[in-house]
Amino acid sequence: MSEQKRKTKPVPKAPQEQTVDAPPAERGEKLKGELDDLLDEIDEVLEENAEDFVKSYVQKGGE
Amino acid sequence: MSVPKVCGVETEYGVSLRGAADPNPVLASSLLINAYADRGKVGWDFEDETPGRDARGGDSSSRGPDVETHLVNTVLTNGARYYVDHAHPEYSTPECVDAREVLIADKAGERILAESMLAVRSLLDDGQEIVVYKNNSDGKGNSYGTHENYLMDRNMAFASLVRHLIPWFVTRQLFTGAGKVGSENGASEVDFQISQRADFFEEEVGLETTLKRPIINTRDEPHADPQFYRRLHVIVGDANLCEVAGLLKVGTTAIVLTMIEDDFFTRDKNQQNITLANPVPAMTEISHDPTCTATIEMADGSRMTALEVQWEYFRLAQKYADEVGLDNCGGSDLGKLVLDRWEQTLSALEVEPSRLEGQLDWVTKLALLEAYRDRDNLEWNDPKLALLDLQYHDVRPNRSLYERLVNAGTIERILTEDEILAAISNPPKTTRAYFRGRCLSRWPESVVAANWDSVILDVGTDPLKRIPMMEPLKGTEAHVGTLLNEVASPAELVARLATLGK
Repeated sequence: MSEQKRKTKPVPKAPQEQTVDAPPAERGEKLKGELDDLLDEIDEVLEENAEDFVKSYVQKGGE
Repeated sequence: MSVPKVCGVETEYGVSLRGAADPNPVLASSLLINAYADRGKVGWDFEDETPGRDARGGDSSSRGPDVETHLVNTVLTNGARYYVDHAHPEYSTPECVDAREVLIADKAGERILAESMLAVRSLLDDGQEIVVYKNNSDGKGNSYGTHENYLMDRNMAFASLVRHLIPWFVTRQLFTGAGKVGSENGASEVDFQISQRADFFEEEVGLETTLKRPIINTRDEPHADPQFYRRLHVIVGDANLCEVAGLLKVGTTAIVLTMIEDDFFTRDKNQQNITLANPVPAMTEISHDPTCTATIEMADGSRMTALEVQWEYFRLAQKYADEVGLDNCGGSDLGKLVLDRWEQTLSALEVEPSRLEGQLDWVTKLALLEAYRDRDNLEWNDPKLALLDLQYHDVRPNRSLYERLVNAGTIERILTEDEILAAISNPPKTTRAYFRGRCLSRWPESVVAANWDSVILDVGTDPLKRIPMMEPLKGTEAHVGTLLNEVASPAELVARLATLGK
């Protein structure tokens, strides 16, 4: 693509960086812990037998 | 000249009747809607339905849909239409004046479907359940639509609309896409793609919605005074759950449409040529690239990324906002919000799409799938990932993975719970949906039928009175709120309307 095309793009406003109190490593651990908890929670509501379930979801075309 | 972008969204939900020997989807959809509407159903008036009329005029080889008058069809007190379309429950929001209002109405629709699933339980045998999904594909080549509708100036040249909208519809999926595991309908294989719908488009322009789907649908059925208006029927969109994505989908498209009506594209002398060489294949090329870096071929032989095309639309939209204003797109406050979020979204997609988790459905779904892949070492063809994809869209609050993410604080909310709950039974105050909805809530027994542009009342004496509503911005709370409060009966309403000369 040409340089000219790139130049016409507006300069994006920089997103506001959020200030974080915890050091990055500690924050990463916390986020991972939260994600693990969320996945465990989702495991409990997921339909059983994924393969059969997905196979049986057949729709008629619409619109 | 641009006209106010009165708009609405129709969603066909996927539906499953579980535990039945014959899981008939038409029956399931009918049961669901009847269960919700059993408190005084009002029929739909089909007199003005002409979905086969073509906006291009003259003869067309494409075939429009038949109107199915025998299926369940209801009008709700919030002004919406809730009905069986083919083999799906469909919810059409009432007419709204801007992207935020239609987002509220669309989210209220999800609650209505959830309520319907609860209400239908008592009608089913033990072990049976009806479940609906707000998505657009079963992953096996069958797609069902989420259509947007926008009021347009009748005098707008259709050729200009086609020219400026095709690149728009092909590239806006970067933020409207709801994400999908795999591909279908003969598209090339891919692990994950941005859009649910991109694999299903086969033409650039046409009248169909179910076969050989076109990027621009030419259905010319204004549901308003045809001397002044068109209704643009948009069939390329995905159903959104993320509020930011839903706001952007309608908000940005409304701005682009007013720019086309005001001929702003041709007025801008610095405009880049963003005409695509091959729009139909570009649709899947963009959808199949979650890195958002693939280039597509332009009509002039150069190549651009979808983001670069979007930046050009954004640059022009900003200029349009400065020079003309956004009064026809919900006003300057909402317009500024839409422009800001649009800019932030494009910037983030350029640097790292995962920053938009909780804002865009495809990014949010991809993050969830990647987390499972990491934890369980899953290959992309593992059925568990297809299940996660499907269940993201489950409308039951206790089973919806989207709702889990809302509860976990992952999803950015821009609406309040109160405004969504209010929109379940109350119409928008800003369009003719107000008149329709208020008539229904005050006199459910007297409203014999209703449709987008009329209400038919039984006033107790022959004949039935048909009140036409050909102007979408009349019948608002400001116009008829006092009148509706003052009159004691439908007969008095009709008499007062007659003296007003409407």
